[in-house]
Amino acid sequence: MMTDKKPILRVKNITKSFGDVTILNSVSIELAKGDIKILIGPSGGGKSTFLQCINCLVMPDSGEIELDNERIQFTRKQDIYRLRQEVGMIFQDFNLFDHLTALGNITVPLRKVKKMSKKEAEQRARLELEQVGLSDKESLYPAQLSGGQKQRVAIARALAMDPKILLLDEPTSALDPTLIGEVINVIKGLAVKGMTMIMATHQISLIHNLADEILFMEDGRIVEQGPPDALLAAGNKSKSQGFCDLLNELSEVEG
Amino acid sequence: MQNALSVVVDSLPYLLQGSFLTAGIVVFAMFLGLFIGIFMSVGLVYGNRYIRNILTVYVWIFRGVPVVVLLFLFYFGLFSFLGLNFSAFATVSIVLGMTTGAYQANIFKGAILSLPQGQFKAASALGMSDIQAIKSIVLPQILRLSIPAWSNEYSIILKDSALAFVIGAPEIMARTQFVASRTYQHLSLYITAGIIYFLLTWAGVIGLRKLEQYVRIPGYSQHGNQ
Repeated sequence: MMTDKKPILRVKNITKSFGDVTILNSVSIELAKGDIKILIGPSGGGKSTFLQCINCLVMPDSGEIELDNERIQFTRKQDIYRLRQEVGMIFQDFNLFDHLTALGNITVPLRKVKKMSKKEAEQRARLELEQVGLSDKESLYPAQLSGGQKQRVAIARALAMDPKILLLDEPTSALDPTLIGEVINVIKGLAVKGMTMIMATHQISLIHNLADEILFMEDGRIVEQGPPDALLAAGNKSKSQGFCDLLNELSEVEG
Repeated sequence: MQNALSVVVDSLPYLLQGSFLTAGIVVFAMFLGLFIGIFMSVGLVYGNRYIRNILTVYVWIFRGVPVVVLLFLFYFGLFSFLGLNFSAFATVSIVLGMTTGAYQANIFKGAILSLPQGQFKAASALGMSDIQAIKSIVLPQILRLSIPAWSNEYSIILKDSALAFVIGAPEIMARTQFVASRTYQHLSLYITAGIIYFLLTWAGVIGLRKLEQYVRIPGYSQHGNQ
């Protein structure tokens, strides 16, 4: 399945240390259009740092990133701004701009980065808010929104920039259980539309239903990877299987 | 007593004229300080080691040297050394502006550091440059957060402006002293001067509190976040 599609993003041998601690040890990933890859594994395994390295929010110490066959020069600001425009990011704690309304959160980057007029930006923002089911909330500020609504605004904000790839860093783990569903539905909707995504998540329904490939990260390395059918097949002794069993047990306890 | 009251009444227009000059000094100094403070705070937080060191030295100088010393130093020393012919009014405004700039830099720096870091990260992730993120995301929030501390600074600068009399700027204090030394009605005149300063402080602080409420972000309480 991978071989007949050209990769749009190639990340090779990313290494990152903070002081003496190696967070990422030569991690690689390739994405073709429409791929959904899911990172799982224990906290501290490097998932979040890896995602942030992919759009250079954390600068890798070494390694290569190629977007559409063009190598990103880490020292060139223009390359990095371009990479970030093409690769959207969703954070665990939403990171909405607190002083702007839902609409303003989306229009400000459109106007500053894409140089859209106010009118164009607002039209686009309204379209995106509609997509995530928040048309009636455009004039509310982040502090007036629920967690699920905040995350949906954050998704709308990222999508408005027309990214080719979306990185999602545990998009539902800061939400209480009653609000997770609305965000999961939005993410599933993106998958249906063919959005290319890399997502770190512990949400078992996302892992089972969406993943083309599961990557299990531990101690700064990808220690296992493969399609969910193979890794999570009954009787398989894979780490991913063990981890997902654990997640299942937990969700049963919660339920 | 009769005499004391009539002296105050007679000299009140003269004293109040001085309050225009005082207000001018304070407004100029506060805005110069705002300008200096914003740039310095951004440099102190986001600048490299050299920029931070230079700015820290500036802060220490203006925090460590008394305003009176700075006034004499600038008015009689530095400006004439540089061949600049600044009036007493201009000198006081500049010295107080540079002083409050050092304090305002620390106020804004604290506000920047108190912002959740994720917002800057999100702005970067959307492709915004550091300068765009600072202008559109950081500054609008820290200026709001800083209004209470800024109104403290306002009252301090207003009162420090009374030191302008030492280099002869004809503001409230200088005029009060002038009248008092001729009429010997020290008690009533200095009470009057005190009341004028008090009213100017009060009006400014109330005005800033109104501004704080006006620009408040809906959904946030008046006392910090959430």
